[in-house]
Amino acid sequence: MAEIRVEQLHKAFAAFTAVRESTFTVRNGEFFCLLGPSGCGKTTTLRMIAGLELPTSGRIFLGNEDVTFKRASARDIAFVFQLFALYPHMNVRKNIAFPLVSQGMPRTEIDQRVEEAARILRITPLLNKPVSGLSSGDRQRVALGRAIVRKPLAFMMDEPLGALDSEFRELMCQELRGLHDRLGATTVYVTHDQREAMAMADTIAVMNQGVVEQLGPPQQVYEHPVSVFVADFIGSPSMNFLPFEAGLATDARQIMLGDTHVDVPALREDVSPRPLLLGVRPEHVRFADASSIRAEVLGTEYLGTSQIVTCHTALGATLRAKLPVEVPAQRGDQVGLAFDAHALLLFDRATGRALHTARSEARTAPGAAHHG
Amino acid sequence: MADLALRRIGKRFGNVQAIDDLSIEAASGDFIVLLGPSGAGKTTTLRLVAGLETPDSGSVHIGGQDMTATAPALRDVTFVFQQYSLYPHLNVFDNLAFPLRSPLRKKLGEDEIRRTVHEVATMLRIEDKLQSPATRLSGGQMQRVAIGRALVRKPAVYLMDEPLSSLDAKLRNDLRLELKRIQQDLGATMLYVTHDQIEAMTLATRIGVLDQGVLVQVGTPRQVYDEPVSAYVASRLGSPRISLVPVAALAAGSSGLRIPHSAAQAGVRAEHARLSREPRRSGCVAARIKRAEQLSDQHLVHLQLTGDHELVADARGYTDALEPGTEIGVEVMRPLWFDAAGQRIASV
Repeated sequence: MAEIRVEQLHKAFAAFTAVRESTFTVRNGEFFCLLGPSGCGKTTTLRMIAGLELPTSGRIFLGNEDVTFKRASARDIAFVFQLFALYPHMNVRKNIAFPLVSQGMPRTEIDQRVEEAARILRITPLLNKPVSGLSSGDRQRVALGRAIVRKPLAFMMDEPLGALDSEFRELMCQELRGLHDRLGATTVYVTHDQREAMAMADTIAVMNQGVVEQLGPPQQVYEHPVSVFVADFIGSPSMNFLPFEAGLATDARQIMLGDTHVDVPALREDVSPRPLLLGVRPEHVRFADASSIRAEVLGTEYLGTSQIVTCHTALGATLRAKLPVEVPAQRGDQVGLAFDAHALLLFDRATGRALHTARSEARTAPGAAHHG
Repeated sequence: MADLALRRIGKRFGNVQAIDDLSIEAASGDFIVLLGPSGAGKTTTLRLVAGLETPDSGSVHIGGQDMTATAPALRDVTFVFQQYSLYPHLNVFDNLAFPLRSPLRKKLGEDEIRRTVHEVATMLRIEDKLQSPATRLSGGQMQRVAIGRALVRKPAVYLMDEPLSSLDAKLRNDLRLELKRIQQDLGATMLYVTHDQIEAMTLATRIGVLDQGVLVQVGTPRQVYDEPVSAYVASRLGSPRISLVPVAALAAGSSGLRIPHSAAQAGVRAEHARLSREPRRSGCVAARIKRAEQLSDQHLVHLQLTGDHELVADARGYTDALEPGTEIGVEVMRPLWFDAAGQRIASV
């Protein structure tokens, strides 16, 4: 068990900067997700923590030890990759035992550790089976077994569920989080799938072009994104952005969208006239016949409890609404739209920065739910 | 007339019965999505229609004709694979035009080819990329070209094997709706394979659920969601997944539920479980809170019922704190009943 501290970490490959001056701390026992699109630097960051890549500058601490320039094998870290490489000629037990055998651990202790790992992963009945006949989920469990059997200070996981099909991925998400709750080991997990991060993480670091753009618990990142990039990346379907131009004063509670007054959370800063964006999550859009924000329904997508209705607004932007299935909506329908005022976000279009409003002050309010 | 009819198809690979007595029909405008986990027989079904596999029994009819023994190239179908395979030495225009220039087809004039390619490229919003080499495109653009190559011909049936699964989430959302619009506009007959329930629910006019080679249910997304024929089908659709608990777990307390005689299991969707402050209120099942979780706009609570069975309930609208360990009541509305074999029993 250990805390991981990353200070001013920087990595350049020739002219390309993969990771830019990153600083963050992974608390002891925390499930920490590095989340972002491909090429954002999340895997490079993970590889530097694991010692598979050396930083151009900056420091990495594991526990209280500076491990920046230590070799991977000298860091007490276990790595789980997307493609679980198992030894095909060994059975499950031998695969899991392998890291301990190569450390020269006594036989009885190895047996005990392997049994324990198998019990935690619920694969005890598979121990004497060959790995070749296993399902992809069981193979991934064996790969995890090989990581946890060493009892390392921390786990590094690089998209370990990326190769699984979606239904199974959901199940493995719950399983991985359950495993984490039982082991309590510090875990750094890399993924481009925001649903995985939302479902498992204690803390998410959203990365964009080598920079950690936002760091926080999943729900906080979802409700209070600091930038257009984060707002757009987290949530499915993603947030709607409606462009408008305005100068706004502190305490302003209304904006003009086309000819329509739209209530927004009170501003907490002055904004000189410039292009702005109104951010609306699909679940905060309603149909309202009387509204002067007019739109045409482009299509509906049924989701069981809800439906996603895609609309083309008279303002020019396409917008998605998440509505109860009972709301009638058909391609071609002309509708009016209204938004839940308290949940709206405002962004500076040029910089992407979220404006300070009464809503962002609510961020410090205690969250309703926690994992575990 | 059905554009596509599969009649009593059987297909075996060694000891595995990949497809077992499968029949389905599709007419113009049908968007049929085959849903099931890996190994259910979805892709094999597509390959049988395309002629890439030959059935052991049964027949394949395309455009009203028996095509069971016809070579793939002579069947009136197009196939889009998960891994887009474009001709790397050709630009986008020539990739799209390729199927139209096939020597197996009636010769088209270059003018008509150009018109068709532009039409399809506009539909897929890649008209500005027509002169780009295929290798210079992003993954999403390449997959659009691959889909476009299927669209330029107007076959009786379009076959698609997880065409969106290699794309990132955002692009997948966008292309999903586009694909549906294009299919509606063309009135095309589509047979589409996926293991992603969201794709199945949102795209399909009808979903076919496969379980180990058997087509266990065919219906509109709403029918399959609301009236699943079995516990297996019920757990394929819905997020969070439906909670399946033994009926004994719902009998505790004073739920007042009328449990059918032969029911062994109950299926409860999160939105049909309503929380109540009073664990012992009449109409409620007694439960204990395990944990609450908030996932984007979903607010869920995991409950423990008698006998350590878990039930997931939608906690939206419930204002009290959801402290783990607290006793709570849960009113179960519209449970689905299943017998010991997992088959659905009508409510009493």
